[in-house]
Amino acid sequence: MCAVALGLAMLAGPAHAALDEAALAGLAGDFQHRIETIEALGVVGGEDARRVLDALEAGDLGVVAGRVVIVQGEAVAAAASGETLEVAAGAVDTITVNNRVRRALGTARAALALSSPERGERLAAARTLADDASPALPPAFERALAAETDGEIRGVLARAAARVNLASPDAAKRLQAVQALGESSDPAVKNLLAALGEKKGDEWVEPSSEVRAAADMAIHAIDRRIAIAEGIGTLFSGLSLGSILLLAALGLAITYGVMGIINMAHGELLMVGAYATFVVQGVFRTYLPAYVDGYVVAAIPVAFLAAALVGVAMERLVLRHLYGRPLESLLATWGLSLVLIQAARVVFGPQNVELANPAWMSGGIALAAGVVLPWNRIVIVGFAVFVLVLIWLMMQKTRLGMFVRAVTQNRAMAGCVGVPTARVDTLAFAIGSGVAGLGGLALSQIANVGPAMGTGYIVDAFMVVVLGGVGQLAGAVWAALGLGIVAKFLEGWAGAVIAKILVLVFIIVFIQKRPQGIFALKGRFADS
Amino acid sequence: MNRRNFVQALALSASIAAIGLPVGAHAADTIKVGILHSLSGTMAISETALKNVALMTIEEINATGGVMGRKLEPVVVDPASNWPLFAEKARQLVAQDKVAAVFGCWTSVSRKSVNPVFKELNGLLFYPVQYEGEELEKNVFYTGAAPNQQAIPAVEYLMSAEGGGARRFVLLGTDYVYPRTTNKILRAFLKSKGVSEADIMEDYTPFGHSDYQTIIAKIKKFASEGKKTAVISTINGDSNVPFYKELGNAGLKATDVPVVAFSVGEEELRGVDTKPLVGHLAAWNYFMSVKNPDNDAFAKKYKDWAKKNGVPNADSVVTNDPMEATYVGIHLWKQAVEKAKSTDTDKVIAAIGGQSFKAPSGFTLTMDKTNHHLHKPVFIGEVRADGQFDVVWKTREPLRAQPWSPFIAGNEGKQKL
Repeated sequence: MCAVALGLAMLAGPAHAALDEAALAGLAGDFQHRIETIEALGVVGGEDARRVLDALEAGDLGVVAGRVVIVQGEAVAAAASGETLEVAAGAVDTITVNNRVRRALGTARAALALSSPERGERLAAARTLADDASPALPPAFERALAAETDGEIRGVLARAAARVNLASPDAAKRLQAVQALGESSDPAVKNLLAALGEKKGDEWVEPSSEVRAAADMAIHAIDRRIAIAEGIGTLFSGLSLGSILLLAALGLAITYGVMGIINMAHGELLMVGAYATFVVQGVFRTYLPAYVDGYVVAAIPVAFLAAALVGVAMERLVLRHLYGRPLESLLATWGLSLVLIQAARVVFGPQNVELANPAWMSGGIALAAGVVLPWNRIVIVGFAVFVLVLIWLMMQKTRLGMFVRAVTQNRAMAGCVGVPTARVDTLAFAIGSGVAGLGGLALSQIANVGPAMGTGYIVDAFMVVVLGGVGQLAGAVWAALGLGIVAKFLEGWAGAVIAKILVLVFIIVFIQKRPQGIFALKGRFADS
Repeated sequence: MNRRNFVQALALSASIAAIGLPVGAHAADTIKVGILHSLSGTMAISETALKNVALMTIEEINATGGVMGRKLEPVVVDPASNWPLFAEKARQLVAQDKVAAVFGCWTSVSRKSVNPVFKELNGLLFYPVQYEGEELEKNVFYTGAAPNQQAIPAVEYLMSAEGGGARRFVLLGTDYVYPRTTNKILRAFLKSKGVSEADIMEDYTPFGHSDYQTIIAKIKKFASEGKKTAVISTINGDSNVPFYKELGNAGLKATDVPVVAFSVGEEELRGVDTKPLVGHLAAWNYFMSVKNPDNDAFAKKYKDWAKKNGVPNADSVVTNDPMEATYVGIHLWKQAVEKAKSTDTDKVIAAIGGQSFKAPSGFTLTMDKTNHHLHKPVFIGEVRADGQFDVVWKTREPLRAQPWSPFIAGNEGKQKL
């Protein structure tokens, strides 16, 4: 392999002439040959090598009649020289990669990117090489370390170099390397250091006791950082689950609180919101492909209105006639939920539909120790806060909110003083349904969107409402966050199935002791 | 006839028509076959496509003259993802509709539910999905993979240099019989390869689980404790979508910790943005991306059929492994009937051993003479950005199935009926 690399380097020379056709032939061979060619290209460097590697990564590299070519749309060009060939794009066999090739490709591209003028590209490349714990570093690395002026990139490069120096025969160098690695919070580094403290037969792997002591200290420091990062990670996943529970339950807290209707179709209102999001995505993909990443924002009013309209229709056509008859309204809403599920099945098909996270909601913020806070979950937590503030303002600061609160507390008296209770009912139901639609929009970004998606959330939503206290927004917030965080800590400790059972048992016991929930409405009630 | 009688007669004939009993003389010269797949409930997502491909295959056979000159008449029932209902519907098909063969079931629990019915009534079932083995019924033909035709080769690949040389494994599954049994076999297999208990993590989630944050965090932690780690997923149904979404967002890349799945195919990935998942693996006996004229024709035929019959999203329909197995199963049954010159269960069972069919996978698949399983090739594919798979490894020729895994104690000598 080295010979190939050397030969290639000599052939290509320092001047970035076109690549040699024969040097690329390995790409058309088996996976082993492809890896060797990629590594060699990483050593050769230059624009042409980069172009070929980028094409391979993108899946644009192919073979036709033994010649390696780059396909771009309908145009086919020779990979080595870049000259256009008279070949149909359909006749080209795409060169595939597997994970091993992909890893070699990543290293080679990073080695090339180390000499990029862009700071961001160099930093990303340094990180890739530092994560790649292989003992040998590409020659480009030493050159880059010597030439690098940016402090942060130097730090990353130095840490990568320290890994290699752990095996140095010079004890002082090893000590330095261990101390440098102590700054890391990577569990892989911890494993590397822990290996120093082991014995092979009677001999220590690391002969110097000073280095061993430093390694011990470094391990402790890394452990502490990992523990903190993991704690934050668990707390965040609890917060994330809590915000989803809140979005699912908030609408229910309003409708259940105001009208005392047990709306079994609440889950299907979530589903309506999610499908509305799907439709908006479709519209964007067809008519506004340039702005497709904005579809989630555009879907906010659409999801709200779609669910609110369905809610109004339900209230006007069915529930209105069943006030004061909880059992009938329970059965009727259950029937409605079946109707909505079947309607979704007829319109959109029985299969789940695909909703892509927009680019700005993909990936995440990397904390230490490989803990990643995914963007889609961060955005949903923020969205839940946004919806909560809107609802709170609506309930506390507007005339409609005042009416809703009045009807919740004492329907008869509110009616006596001139509150149009029937209209308030309709509006409250519309708002509650619309909020459910927003919950569906949020769910569409992390869970499956299918006709029966709502049934999985109805029980959770009721648990939150009942635990928090009927008709109370603050109660719903505390109950949702509490349930989310408790469930996540239990899950980490006992597994998903047991955690679910424990949460349920807790709620049953709690409701036995305090049937009114965490917060109870204060004041005089007509029916208490 | 007075008016009341007339109304009664009308109602009776209407109800007969409604439950789909064939009325008229042409019924005698057709052969009825049953299709037993869930068209509603949780499994509808996977099984609806199998019903479609079965109808397409029957249409294709009818268009080329039927079986022994008689047309096939499909009887479609919906067991609604309800396991006891599977047994009732199977009984209805065999005892009442007198179908010659039934093509159906997906989950192992539904198959276990109908097995006694086929045994009692001496019916014939073709089961098209990969499963955990540990079963051999006289009345059932298994056209999906046994563990040695899917799970074992996939793990061997992961342990090879080409697959990344994994030495530490996470066995992750949905909590029911198929993942539990498969993981029992894999655990024994890994032990025989020198993998220690401490290097195996096993975890299960309920059906329909959708929050994989904790599990992904656990996998990351487990993977960071030394040695190359791989995840073997037997998660079933639509839980796969949130699982893969979380996997992509949490930055667990296939080059670091590859995930190989046994129940995820083209159909399941339709609901996922596959760009962050490039490089994760699946093991099957067929991929839609396999290039050969038979497969091109098969995929085109299905797409055309879907368009003609108004299947939702007909433009983006895909074919997958269990669909191929359904297609092959119906053709093998046809060949066996023609060889036996009868649709009698015992005669067909005797005739089908040794029958072979050129499958869309590009291989000629043969029904084993003794163990009721197909000899199948194994493909390992990596997810592409477009939701299809690149085949990175395959067997040279079809493997004979071992329904009784040698890695489970007490299975020695159980290979025959």
